[in-house]
Amino acid sequence: MRLSWWKIVCILQLLIIAVAGLIGDVPAKPILNETIRNYYFHVPMWFGMMIFFTVSVVYSVKYLRSGQLKHDTVAVEFANVGLVYCLMGLLTGMIWAKYTWGKPWSNDPKQIGAAIALLIYFAYLVLRNSMMDPDKRAKIGAVYNIFAFAMLFPTIWIIPRLLESLHPGGMGNPALNPGDVDSRMRILFYPVAFPGWTLLGVWIATLSIRLKKLEEKKLHHA
Amino acid sequence: MRNTLNTALVAFFLLIAAPLLAQTPMGADDAVQMADGLYANGKIYVVVAVILTIVAGLVLYMIRLDRKITRLEKEA
Repeated sequence: MRLSWWKIVCILQLLIIAVAGLIGDVPAKPILNETIRNYYFHVPMWFGMMIFFTVSVVYSVKYLRSGQLKHDTVAVEFANVGLVYCLMGLLTGMIWAKYTWGKPWSNDPKQIGAAIALLIYFAYLVLRNSMMDPDKRAKIGAVYNIFAFAMLFPTIWIIPRLLESLHPGGMGNPALNPGDVDSRMRILFYPVAFPGWTLLGVWIATLSIRLKKLEEKKLHHA
Repeated sequence: MRNTLNTALVAFFLLIAAPLLAQTPMGADDAVQMADGLYANGKIYVVVAVILTIVAGLVLYMIRLDRKITRLEKEA
């Protein structure tokens, strides 16, 4: 079997970022020190999560319009990967905060916002699994998914921009401070780190979707 | 005469003490601390090797999973 081109691109990007992310030149900033390199690993988790949740809600709307269960499968698997990335982003952020802010959890608006978003998406999975009827489950799940996506706006994008925070970027921007990151880092982030980690998530999601299709086919034959 | 001698002595001891003064740790504000020393030791490459191993392992696992599912799809 030949791997699709985008999977090969993803592998190359991940290998490049594993090496260049650690030994490449970065600006020297007080407090951040070498942890500025987390930009290549922690930040792509959040960017990836936003993309996966967006794909998820698009397929939920598609399901509601078409009634085809295959759209619902795409929605739920992308929400799964988005949740994994959100959890990874939160955990890596906590590890980083322990050594820069002094403690892993300081009730920072960004941490609380991300945690609320995480819980809302966990509720999506719990809600789905509480129903046995596949059509009912898909329909209620899709409607809830739209609500969950709408809740991303205040929790991830709006409230963290309004409140003061310890997070790099400070007021106005929740994560990226244009003054902290220079072109040496941007050239690794936008073409390599961000698409690399996102493609890995897409790869995982497509595998889960294919596996689910196989399971359904097997059930159909049995 | 005595004054000159004293000055000379002070200068002499200062000269001796200079290397000791140089040993005092740098103030936190002097320079931003980066892992330059770690690079000089070459030990950062240990971390690079570890992370590269993990990424390579994950990638191989993904490829294996992908192939397995493709095979199942062909059988089904």
